Amino acid sequence: MLIKQISVFVENKPGRLSKVTKLLAENNIDIRALSVADTKDFGILRLIVNKPDQACDALKQAGCTVSITNVIAIGINDTPGGLSDVVECLYSANISVEYMYAFISKSENQAYVILRVDNNDRALEALAENNFTILRSDEVYDM
Amino acid sequence: MERYWNKEIECMSREDMKKLQDERLVAQVKHVYANVPYYKKLMDEKGVTPDDIRSTDDLYKLPFLTKADLREAYPYGLLAKPLSDCVRIQSTSGTTGKRVVAFYTQHDIDLWEDCCARAITAAGGTKDDVCQVCYGYGLFTGGPGLNGGSHKVGCLTLPMSSGNTERQIQFMIDLQSTILCCTPSYAAYIGETLHDMGYTTDDIKLKAGIFGAEPWTEEMRREIEKSLGIKAYDIYGLTETSGPGVSFECSEQTGMHINEDHFIAEIIDPETGEVLPEGSKGELVFTSITKEAFPLLRYRTRDICVLTREKCSCGRTLVKMSKPLGRSDDMLIIRGVNVFPSQIETVLIEQGYAPNYQIEVDRVNNTDTLDVYVEMPDEQFSDIVKDIQQKEKDLVYAIKTILGINPKVHLVPPKTIARSEGKAVRVIDKRKLHD
Repeated sequence: MLIKQISVFVENKPGRLSKVTKLLAENNIDIRALSVADTKDFGILRLIVNKPDQACDALKQAGCTVSITNVIAIGINDTPGGLSDVVECLYSANISVEYMYAFISKSENQAYVILRVDNNDRALEALAENNFTILRSDEVYDM
Repeated sequence: MERYWNKEIECMSREDMKKLQDERLVAQVKHVYANVPYYKKLMDEKGVTPDDIRSTDDLYKLPFLTKADLREAYPYGLLAKPLSDCVRIQSTSGTTGKRVVAFYTQHDIDLWEDCCARAITAAGGTKDDVCQVCYGYGLFTGGPGLNGGSHKVGCLTLPMSSGNTERQIQFMIDLQSTILCCTPSYAAYIGETLHDMGYTTDDIKLKAGIFGAEPWTEEMRREIEKSLGIKAYDIYGLTETSGPGVSFECSEQTGMHINEDHFIAEIIDPETGEVLPEGSKGELVFTSITKEAFPLLRYRTRDICVLTREKCSCGRTLVKMSKPLGRSDDMLIIRGVNVFPSQIETVLIEQGYAPNYQIEVDRVNNTDTLDVYVEMPDEQFSDIVKDIQQKEKDLVYAIKTILGINPKVHLVPPKTIARSEGKAVRVIDKRKLHD
């Protein structure tokens, strides 16, 4: 089960980020999770939102460079070693993690991890075999 | 005391020089008309025959040659001597069809080196000097030209070519070089490195530098003079006419004396082609009146200059040209390399980018920098940083392959490069070379 993440190319200049967040607010988009990767010149804003297609269209119309990427969302125990187990599982299955980011859920003792890997199918297989909780897209969007 | 390599010519009266030019021009036009079908055709089309050219007063009747003609006639179309009479080829740095190949007979090499000898002598050079030539050697005219001039003068010549700066400085110290020939930006870099290595001007014996092949400012001159403890002289030339030494600076440092016994200079209106009176700012045009193998008549340099015949304190009567004040085309000179924005545009399109870009040229620590900003189309976008960085690297490599210089490439979001009404602003030159 894959989740749609939207990625936005943002120049590393004052005001560029606020343009994106403002646009999302105006379109009534609720952000579930985000991470920013940045270099000296540019950043990539990665977002999990409640309405990814609508968010993507709105950003495109505003002239942003934006793409939708399929990522995996899993639930883990919010205890020491929780994340380590996931990474270990992927490493054993010879899957490369391009990047990941985590956020804590409203329910107790639960954390969520967004994984961007080089092979989604194999990653899903390995995670399922090791009994990790893989989230459905509606669970994430409507969180 | 001012030194001359050929005082008779360099201080010749205006009347005698005109007479010499008249004779040489008349003979040269006959030579070209008889031996260069490409130029004969241009003259025929204009209805001009060699008989119409009786003196330099008739020069305006001749058709112009441009870089486009040189491209069209490449490689042998403007050759005026059999190849068996030629002994040398030199070429411009251009790598995408802008290349110019020039041919030389032994006579042509001699006159070129003679011009360089005048420049070295004007900078105070004699047979007692040690002349370190750090222009590139090879197809580029810088190294061979100054090397030849240095031999003529009788200097002990160090044919270093460019690069390996610490070794340059070691030679400079150990062999007590007194004259340095290179591009001004390299001279500045040598000065910087000298001090970084812990040396001062007391450790070197340099007294003069002859710097050219790229535009430079008065501030840069003062900086180089200070860091190397020398007097810095400008030199000008282009492969099309021979190479460095077409004109050179004297002790007054207020412009470059043109070797008028070999090259007739005109200033024209770049729009209309009309010859402008002395003192006007316009495009510099050269006619080679002594070259045998590659004698260009009325070649448009695209350099914007001013000519002056005001009396010079050095005693020379040769007409003086200002430093080029700009270009009548969009060519940039970056680190001594001729760059046309269209070359960069071609690379971008080949690599799958839209031609929405901007080139920013600056000079940091006396070295030219080239930044290329390119709008990234959706297809090239990736959510992974290293993928985007790889695309930037690919563009750097592709541009470097074409231009020979390393740019910095910045991918930017669409519509972030300023659009202008009408003609796009492709180039931002922050070097402030011309004011």
